[in-house]
Amino acid sequence: MQDWLDERLSISAVSAMAQKKEVPVHRHSIWYYFGGMTLFLFVVQVVTGILLLLYYRPSSENAFESVQFIITEVQFGWLIRSIHSWSANLLIATLFIHLFSVFFLRAYRRPREMTWVSGVVLLFIAICFGFSGYLLPWNKLAYFATKVGTEIAGVVPIVGHPILRFLRGGDDVTGATLTRFFGFHVAVLPATATVFLAVHVLLVQLHGMSVPPSVSPENVKKMKFIPNFLLRDLIGWILAIGVLAALAALFPWELGEKADPFAPAPAGIKPEWYFLFMFQTLKYLPAKILGMDGEVLGIMAFNLVALLLFVVPFLDRGPENRKRTLIFKVVGVVALLYIVVMTIIGYLT
Amino acid sequence: MNNMLENSTGPSVGSSGLSSRRRFLDYLLGTSAVATLGAIVYPIIRFMSPPQVIESTESSVIAAKLNEVPVNSGKIFKFGSKPGIVVRTDSGELKAFSAVCTHLECIVQYQPETKQIWCACHNGHYNLNGKNVAGPPPRPLEEFKVNTRGDEIVVSKA
Repeated sequence: MQDWLDERLSISAVSAMAQKKEVPVHRHSIWYYFGGMTLFLFVVQVVTGILLLLYYRPSSENAFESVQFIITEVQFGWLIRSIHSWSANLLIATLFIHLFSVFFLRAYRRPREMTWVSGVVLLFIAICFGFSGYLLPWNKLAYFATKVGTEIAGVVPIVGHPILRFLRGGDDVTGATLTRFFGFHVAVLPATATVFLAVHVLLVQLHGMSVPPSVSPENVKKMKFIPNFLLRDLIGWILAIGVLAALAALFPWELGEKADPFAPAPAGIKPEWYFLFMFQTLKYLPAKILGMDGEVLGIMAFNLVALLLFVVPFLDRGPENRKRTLIFKVVGVVALLYIVVMTIIGYLT
Repeated sequence: MNNMLENSTGPSVGSSGLSSRRRFLDYLLGTSAVATLGAIVYPIIRFMSPPQVIESTESSVIAAKLNEVPVNSGKIFKFGSKPGIVVRTDSGELKAFSAVCTHLECIVQYQPETKQIWCACHNGHYNLNGKNVAGPPPRPLEEFKVNTRGDEIVVSKA
């Protein structure tokens, strides 16, 4: 039986590769867990997302009511929906931790540039997932978040307005926008994410785990991925399920009020926490900077940072160089501090 | 391969004629591939861009009843597909503006405490002439004309 399968599927080759996989053990090893954790939360999203699809109805007349139905009538509907929302947030959090740990440990160095690039693509896909999914319950907060978010895209010179109309399915945020976002959220983004995820994970297998330059490679111990590291991963995942269930039970995700295109934005309106630092920045920018609209400048600056994120491994290349390492470390710390401080201010005000 | 072809085409066609014939065929193949691709991609791109919906040409609308807007308050009304806001100032004067914030298109509201029009999204303030006075909004709100007809407030585009 095994031979029959092996002849057709080359299982032994795959399992030999899996057996060979090793994880370096050193004082920074803890950061290796966050990629796998993000992957696990993605799987949670896929499973709970498919479950929600059984009841969700994507139209401006039905969306809010169908989510209401899910959390009040469907058995364990509140649980599935809350886990989907909480897991989405934790996923973004672990993704940011993964990103910054890879950045500070400089794991993107040759030959892992494309692993980094595919990872940054996945980060933006995750943000698009968050943004499109946020609208689907069609509540007031979601309505204004989408209005502002798509308007921000529209502010970009030349390409902005066509992008805005493409995203909204017209000039305004309407049921047409909801239908589109639904399509992006359940078809386009999952397909794209799967492709990039496959590439990302495959590249990690190809290159093996990166040992940080600050760790001397001679005395690095190794741990078998199967079963040693995988079992540790598994403990993390079981913990994650526990955390998700606890969060869903203790802090069920609010549904809010149904969206109304003719009601003022509610006082104290805020985007999701991972957009807060940009939101807070937009609040501080004056109406005009050097004759340009303040928000245009701010948004272009964020776009530039996003572009820079892609090219990090190509900027930080060549042999070890103390000065350059220091510059990257400082830039990373400043960026991290900026995000944390602005997020806290945005949260408190 | 090339040799074999040359032999089979006989002495009348030289190798240069053959390669130019091949180049011509490559050209045909290439252009038809591009044309086919274009014929597939073009409708897809056009399909993705939403059709223009004809804007309602309404130039005036009954915004509210007089008693719905007491002194020092504001009310959102529908002006075609867009929201407008009608405000009655302390002096009893009626004012109407577009309720769409000029910053990032949130819907504004009247704030009785500050006697200003306020956008909750990014803390933008407008005075009762619609002028942007604080926060990020870059332009004033569009102002509408207000008339009263009986107990109705009629708002029209200036």
